[in-house]
Amino acid sequence: MYPDKTKMESLTQAVDAAEVRGRSLWTDARVRFMRNKAAVGGLVVLIGILLFALFGSFFQAWTHEAIDWKLMGRVAQIGGPSIENGHYFGADELGRDLYARVVQGTGISIMVGVVGSIVAVVVGTLYGATAGFFGGRLDNIMMRTVDVLMSIPFMFVLILMLVIWGRSITMLFVGIGLISWLDMARIVRGQTLTIKNKEFVEAAIAVGVSPFRIILRHIVPNLLGIVVVYATLLIPGLIMAESFISFLGLGVQEPMTSLGALIQAGSKQMLYGAWWQIAFPLFFFLATLFAFTFVGDGLRDALDPKDR
Amino acid sequence: MMSAPFLSLQYLQVTFDIRRPGSWPWTPPRKLHAVNGVSLDLAAGECLGIVGESGSGKSTLARAIIGTVPTSGGKILFEGKDLAEMEPGERRAHRRDVQMIFQDPLAALNPRMTVGEIIAEPLVTHFPKTPRAEVKQRVAKLMERVGLLPNLINRYPHEFSGGQCQRIGIARALILEPKLVICDEPVSALDVSVQAQVINLLMELQRDMGLSMIFIAHDLSVVKHISDRIGVMYLGRIMEEGDADRLTTRPEHPYTQALISSVPIPDPKLEKARPREVIVGELPSPMNPPSGCVFRTRCRKAQASCAGERPKMIAIPGEDHKVACPFHEAEALLEVSA
Repeated sequence: MYPDKTKMESLTQAVDAAEVRGRSLWTDARVRFMRNKAAVGGLVVLIGILLFALFGSFFQAWTHEAIDWKLMGRVAQIGGPSIENGHYFGADELGRDLYARVVQGTGISIMVGVVGSIVAVVVGTLYGATAGFFGGRLDNIMMRTVDVLMSIPFMFVLILMLVIWGRSITMLFVGIGLISWLDMARIVRGQTLTIKNKEFVEAAIAVGVSPFRIILRHIVPNLLGIVVVYATLLIPGLIMAESFISFLGLGVQEPMTSLGALIQAGSKQMLYGAWWQIAFPLFFFLATLFAFTFVGDGLRDALDPKDR
Repeated sequence: MMSAPFLSLQYLQVTFDIRRPGSWPWTPPRKLHAVNGVSLDLAAGECLGIVGESGSGKSTLARAIIGTVPTSGGKILFEGKDLAEMEPGERRAHRRDVQMIFQDPLAALNPRMTVGEIIAEPLVTHFPKTPRAEVKQRVAKLMERVGLLPNLINRYPHEFSGGQCQRIGIARALILEPKLVICDEPVSALDVSVQAQVINLLMELQRDMGLSMIFIAHDLSVVKHISDRIGVMYLGRIMEEGDADRLTTRPEHPYTQALISSVPIPDPKLEKARPREVIVGELPSPMNPPSGCVFRTRCRKAQASCAGERPKMIAIPGEDHKVACPFHEAEALLEVSA
């Protein structure tokens, strides 16, 4: 009736000896994310776009500054997408290769979003966690500072900065970096307030762990889920902001370009029938935004299963 | 009396400031007296039980001893030294010597850390130079000691049951080999069968490691089982304290009597036959406690004089038993089931 005793013993010994690897909450979240088809689809598209932005330039026949003189003045008639002359996406109104320009513009747009988002994650998380954890007067001072910064009309100030210190991409990064962390700091502070009242934080305080280590080891890992989700959803917003600035003609300057600037240029050429000038940048713009949003939604569902 | 008590609380007070939202910063905040003049002694190797209903200040008392809540009056003497006058270095040493076990076993463990990291944290914090292999070895040894398989060291808290989580919490409290362990309702969140296991484990560890212990609970039968002495708290004050057996069998204070008579007896005949004293009404607000004896609003023996002065602790002659009621009388009650 009973199973072979020696076999059972060797089994229990084997079980005892091996250290069991635990399933962390991150592993669980990854499994949940992988089950979400829309999110995985978004991730695939996103990886595709990233590869396009990073390595697309290896396949271009023209650089983004070179002018194809043959097309000059007749872009609307013969400048459409074609494989033969190397303009896969067609050419713009000056005869420059649109493929090379879209590759370059996508890279700039994503970089603006990602850099702004990284600033938001690093500065916003530490700032918000510090304010929330220490509370009291420090919290009041820190968060009122954020309130004041938030009340400044950001777009107006950014435009002024670009006008005063010159229209450069560095200035654009500085401007976007300055404001992107404000919302993050608020979100993180709110989360910290709930986490710091949990017993495991109290246990750490009672043990004598220093406040800085408590923030880094106990509080930040527990709010990272929300931070990651917010950061992913922040990227499209920043790309939009950059595109808006570029659309106004204040952002990235020629011969560099961004998706917003390309769309702006393309929108003028629609009248003359050069549809490709708006279609290709717009396609990459929308695809990037949708992909980031889907990935962000998927991350939220994966990291916060209770909130659904 | 003992010579020098291991831990001595002398008229300890903990007061919280309650600000009404929207009030001016300069308006004086209202005071909430969570712990209001508690004096207790604890001998080395002894287990002191503290009982009382919710909101009576038990947990605040524990937090004041461990130092996460500032005291507003009175003294905590730990091995004869005043906690408030300790140098930072001594305070760190004190943190090593006093550890705490929490009520909610899962909430007290960081969900993003493995069990090994959680148990090792006090060790790594106080002795950062300990070699990793030694840390791991000590964690494994301790896990075995509290009844966990050491190969579960890389698991995460959510993969354990409540009882196992509490064992992890106990292991964390014991890794520094403290002198005093404060258990804040360590079994209230557990099943009855698991409660027994955890309590027996605690008693065993207390005996083997020579720990002093403060055991807080609202379940009198649990406290009686584990404690040498018991203190009964009500609204931030000690109503009665004394030897565990004597206090549970011959309680003197009307509040203790009512508490004990509300412990159910697992025999329906006895349960029906015995007299019941039910405490009516709610716990009064600690922001505005009754004058004199705080229990008088719900006491069956209350008299006009109870509203006057705060009753003194009266020692029962010849016994380790003190009671804060001038009208105390022993009442032989049925044995509390343990």
